[in-house]
Amino acid sequence: MNKKNLWLSGPYLVWIVGFILLPLVTIFYYGFTTAQGGFTFANIINAVTDSANLKAIGLTVLLAALATAICLLLGYPLALCLSRIGLKWQKAVIFLFILPMWMNFMLQMVAINVILEDNGIINTILTALGLEKVHIANTFGAILIGMVYDYFPFMLLPLYNTVSRLDGDLINASKDLGAGPLRTFFKITFPLSLPGLVSGATMVFIPAISDFAIAEMLGGGKIMLVGNIVEMSFTKGQYYQGSGLAILLMAFVIISSLITGEDGENEGGAMLP
Amino acid sequence: MEKEKLIELVGVSKSYDGENVLKNLDLYIRDNEFITLLGPSGCGKTTTLRIIGGFVTPDTGRVIFEGKDITALPPNKRQLNTVFQKYALFPHMNVFENIAFGLRIQGVSEQEIKRRVSEMLEMVGLSGFEKRAVTQMSGGQQQRIAIARALVNKPRVLLLDEPLGALDFKMRQDMQYELKNIHKQAGITFIYVTHDQEEALTLSDTIAVMNQGIIQQIGTPEDIYNEPKNAFVADFIGDSNIIDGVMLHDYLVNIRGVDFPCVDAGFRREEPVDVVIRPEDVILTTPEKGQLQGVVTSLTFKGVHYEMDVEACGYEWLVHSTKMEPVGSHVGICVDPENIQIMHKPRSVDEEAAGVDE
Ligand SMILES: Nc1ncnc2c1ncn2[C@@H]1O[C@H](COP(=O)(O)OP(=O)(O)OP(=O)(O)O)[C@@H](O)[C@H]1O
Ligand SMILES: [Mg+2]
Repeated sequence: MNKKNLWLSGPYLVWIVGFILLPLVTIFYYGFTTAQGGFTFANIINAVTDSANLKAIGLTVLLAALATAICLLLGYPLALCLSRIGLKWQKAVIFLFILPMWMNFMLQMVAINVILEDNGIINTILTALGLEKVHIANTFGAILIGMVYDYFPFMLLPLYNTVSRLDGDLINASKDLGAGPLRTFFKITFPLSLPGLVSGATMVFIPAISDFAIAEMLGGGKIMLVGNIVEMSFTKGQYYQGSGLAILLMAFVIISSLITGEDGENEGGAMLP
Repeated sequence: MEKEKLIELVGVSKSYDGENVLKNLDLYIRDNEFITLLGPSGCGKTTTLRIIGGFVTPDTGRVIFEGKDITALPPNKRQLNTVFQKYALFPHMNVFENIAFGLRIQGVSEQEIKRRVSEMLEMVGLSGFEKRAVTQMSGGQQQRIAIARALVNKPRVLLLDEPLGALDFKMRQDMQYELKNIHKQAGITFIYVTHDQEEALTLSDTIAVMNQGIIQQIGTPEDIYNEPKNAFVADFIGDSNIIDGVMLHDYLVNIRGVDFPCVDAGFRREEPVDVVIRPEDVILTTPEKGQLQGVVTSLTFKGVHYEMDVEACGYEWLVHSTKMEPVGSHVGICVDPENIQIMHKPRSVDEEAAGVDE
């Protein structure tokens, strides 16, 4: 590189060092030291042995997996339908589903709460119909709904990109060779959608597993995910425990994106959050 | 003598977004013939093929196969296979699995599948490529896999949509030869789509020339070349001189003020007509011996023959000849009566498309 122009990279260096390397080093420093400054694995071991942490890990993985599965089950049929209608309609529907992403996150959460509350919209309707009220607000279910709502576009976009680029003549060729609609789906459409499915799943699972904000806003502080424990540890000044858990979470994210990364690369989905 | 009709299209119409792509099309296809749908881009060839294949439902009209109406039958129930314009090979399967696809669906035994796939690969000259990814094959190889994938099912009819479109000149010629062979060997009906008139003339038993959703003329390559029914067909099949003329009476036409004896009759007296003369039928002689006198304005060597433009009577005549005349030389033009084709002039654009010949 031309030495004279080296200073151009200055701002990026400051950025990389200040906002990426420094925090990482800090986390790793706290994660592997004792309060006295000695090296230890205790923080990491504690992160996976403490019963409260274990429960949170289980809950987090379950939530993230459920949110991913629901987004997938909603998104795949939608993407398949979209690819069969006129291009104008496709764009319009995609736009509608992306629209909420442009809304402030806090507003989204408040709105969902208004819908789910014990005296919220759903329950008002149920009462009006003479049905029993449901208690969703501040439960596992509320967080799940929030996650699905928030992350659905990340599932839909890679799916839509993959499915809409499928050559219609591949489907025709399958039928031409004697396969009915069902076999055509399982032998052609589904295998060729896999890259999109994997990308979409990664794009939902990874932010879901490291989430703490949705859980805090919709769980009413009653449900602790790994992200919430990390956040709490830091606000309470327990840097060593918090860092241990954060490193664990990071490992989880990196591993899951490595597993799916190979297939998902083409769809731009293997990005870390 | 006439073989039975295998497939018949009866009054088939199709429109997209209010645009009539096929207009009341009638066509029948005989058993074992190699028929080509020939026409310019956008004239409805692919649409016709897709209707026969079952991928497109016509708005009106019927598709008959061996006397049975199959208009509503889905493609997977039809006894025909297609070689798609861009091959449509399954990218997630290797060569073997692509070709075996149809047999797997039919539930053929694994042993039998192995045997028939290798037989096919041998026929298309790709033995040993079983495990290759189709995405790693060249255009010509992919095309042969597509043909093998269709033929392995022993269809009654093979539909081919511009299968040689993506190949270079040499490869096209080789594949044309191979296709002709395969057609002979397999003994089945080929319905072939192309916009390349030379390809159509080389390969086909029958050619259906299409324009704007209408079949202009159907016949053997010789018929279509020698006796084009209208100016469109004449112009589309090979080069042609299409000149305004006036029919004086039976067997005599006036071209630009000069009377030419011809072999056509049955026109009105003084009827304006299109006169079609193939460039190889224009004979150049000395000015004194010619029916017309002209000047050579350009000369190109084309390998087998010379191509010349001759300016005569305000018309630029295209001439093919093995003897060359240098640019600027004065020549005479002669045309034998049997090489002059007289055609009615279309009265409107629609009629031109329809190729109405009274
Ligand atoms: N699915 C479709 N939707 C809208 N219009 C279509 C569709 N398929 C074909 N058309 C239109 O129908 C007309 C005929 O198309 P077709 O594909 O049959 O032409 P073709 O003769 O095969 O042309 P080419 O030589 O370019 O392949 C074109 O004007 C095309 O734009
Ligand atoms: Mg076409």
